[in-house]
Amino acid sequence: MNQATDHSLLDPPQLPFEPLLQRNAVVTEQPWVRWLLTAAALAFLGFFLLLPLVGVFTEALRHGLGVYWQALTDSDALDAVRLTLLVAAIAVPLNLVFGVAAAWAIAKFEFRGKTLLTTLIDLPFSVSPVVAGLIYVLLFGAQGWFGPWLIAHDLQIIFAVPGIVLATVFVTFPFIARELIPLMQEQGNDDEMAALSLGANGWQSFRYVTLPNIKWGLLYGVLLCNARAMGEFGAVSVVSGHIRGETNTMPLHVEILYNEYNFAAAFAVASLLAGLALVTLVLKSILEARHGGELSTSRRH
Amino acid sequence: MDIQIRNIHKQFAGFPALDDVSLAVGSGELIALLGPSGSGKTTLLRIIAGLEFPDRGQILFGGEDMSRRAVRERNIGFVFQHYALFKHMTVLDNIAFGLTVRRKALRPAPAAIRAKALELLELVQLGGLEQRYPHQLSGGQKQRVALARALAIDPRVLLLDEPFGALDAKVRKDLRRWLRELHQQTGYTTVFVTHDQEEALELADRVVIMNRGRIEQVGTVDDVYETPRTPFVFDFLGDSNVLDAEVRGRELRLPGAGEALVTDSIHPAGPVDLYVRPGDLRLAEPGRAGIDVRVTEVQRTGPIVRASADLIANGSVVSIELPHLHHDAPAFRVGAQLRLRLMQFSVYPAARGSQTGPTQTPVREREPGQRGRG
Repeated sequence: MNQATDHSLLDPPQLPFEPLLQRNAVVTEQPWVRWLLTAAALAFLGFFLLLPLVGVFTEALRHGLGVYWQALTDSDALDAVRLTLLVAAIAVPLNLVFGVAAAWAIAKFEFRGKTLLTTLIDLPFSVSPVVAGLIYVLLFGAQGWFGPWLIAHDLQIIFAVPGIVLATVFVTFPFIARELIPLMQEQGNDDEMAALSLGANGWQSFRYVTLPNIKWGLLYGVLLCNARAMGEFGAVSVVSGHIRGETNTMPLHVEILYNEYNFAAAFAVASLLAGLALVTLVLKSILEARHGGELSTSRRH
Repeated sequence: MDIQIRNIHKQFAGFPALDDVSLAVGSGELIALLGPSGSGKTTLLRIIAGLEFPDRGQILFGGEDMSRRAVRERNIGFVFQHYALFKHMTVLDNIAFGLTVRRKALRPAPAAIRAKALELLELVQLGGLEQRYPHQLSGGQKQRVALARALAIDPRVLLLDEPFGALDAKVRKDLRRWLRELHQQTGYTTVFVTHDQEEALELADRVVIMNRGRIEQVGTVDDVYETPRTPFVFDFLGDSNVLDAEVRGRELRLPGAGEALVTDSIHPAGPVDLYVRPGDLRLAEPGRAGIDVRVTEVQRTGPIVRASADLIANGSVVSIELPHLHHDAPAFRVGAQLRLRLMQFSVYPAARGSQTGPTQTPVREREPGQRGRG
């Protein structure tokens, strides 16, 4: 023992046993535990995520590309795609403006009711989309609070495109704000104050300083917001009325086809939504890999 | 351009951040606002800048009332502790920002803006780095870019908020000297905030010492260091011992002192607090003039010997710092009974028992070991 300690500075120490693991021995488990856990996680992912995804595409292509193509170019399907794109094209920019404004107000100013506003922004996350849809029916439906007035002025919101847009806006409005608030809070006010002290006006400060600081976070929020806007089912289902070619979005169209036992067509349209999800996922990963430091989500999730 | 600050009041959520603060800064002066955190120094700086607005009071630049002007109309150069550089812009674009956002009528031609920015980059000794991005610069370089950016708009006053606070000690020292030279070269009226006395004393023409939203003392470095007007100033500028004493006429009596000290300042008869720095204390053989003490601790640290001693009369603890070559130092060791001599000290009305006057509440922030009170 004495010998070993005498030379401990010169020679590698002679341990009485083999080290179990070379690195991080304290926090690492036995190999078989690690294998088991990894395998369980992979099996779960495969069963619940990968298998359904593959399933969607196989079902869609079961009767060949011709049928697939026909299902997609069916006039009702095309109308559904068009409506979905239209709704997203209205809802996403609206939420972009709202999200930036809300995040700006919450992150950069102190005011009464700030906590309340922050909580309200989260409301769509906690409320069932069906309830959200019903609220709009209650407000704007024929028997609703504003119903008589709307009918008198020949305006239709429920069972029409405006209702679908409203429901979609409601359901998707937290995405951009939630992404930007922590980001802007973390960045603080110094940059904007520096810009103002140098003589910039409010718009210049926003355009040249704030916006570049949040652009990746904003893009990330838009991406998630868009995915949800195109995929939303519950709230839209309540207010849409399911009029083919008029108020049917893609998710609703999938449901109708499915209920008609038209599985090939249902899965064909569903494959478009699945494709959208994949594209979103890829873009999201690219953003996280390249600009992770400028996103708040990557630290939160 | 001179700055007049008149009777500024500012409250944050009920607590006064600034309480009737007035100050005059001369044209071309370099002024330090010095104080502990929460003293209101940063609030005052931000009010001068227009980043905050006072509840009452006035700010004048060169006689012109700025109190209600927004920050962008005041034409100030503001440097932030954490630089606040625009990280997606090159160094050149950062410096040029203030000129490029000007209204078309006032905006110089792009070539002129570029020339000005490059000239400023030379001034802050970063020539050749114009294409770098902020993340490619060291902390000291970033702060110099921030300064160049502030100077680009040819500000009426230059305001710096803890400009070296985020830098390490070595860089901080270099930058201090450099800023001093730059100030002599450019002559901008400059106000900077710091909590580091050494920084304030080394850099500033005059130091404004703040505490709890009030100005405790304004003066040159010599003024504040040699004649601290309040116990707070005395304590804030260095280590201090506080001893109980009593004034009788022009005599100052300390417990255990053989003979009275003479004070030139006039105090009403009664108890006073005597403040003395550890470095202004000397030890002498018993039998010579001074106060009876017993040495309790001796520690040699480089060129200085630090010692602690108890006053035999009342047990008060004093810290002493002696140059180790102090020629009449007796051979002192722990347990020795010696005489303590005061080379220089300040006397303030006693904090205990009395109620009036702002100067009578010494702030107790340092370790109790450095206190003279038993």
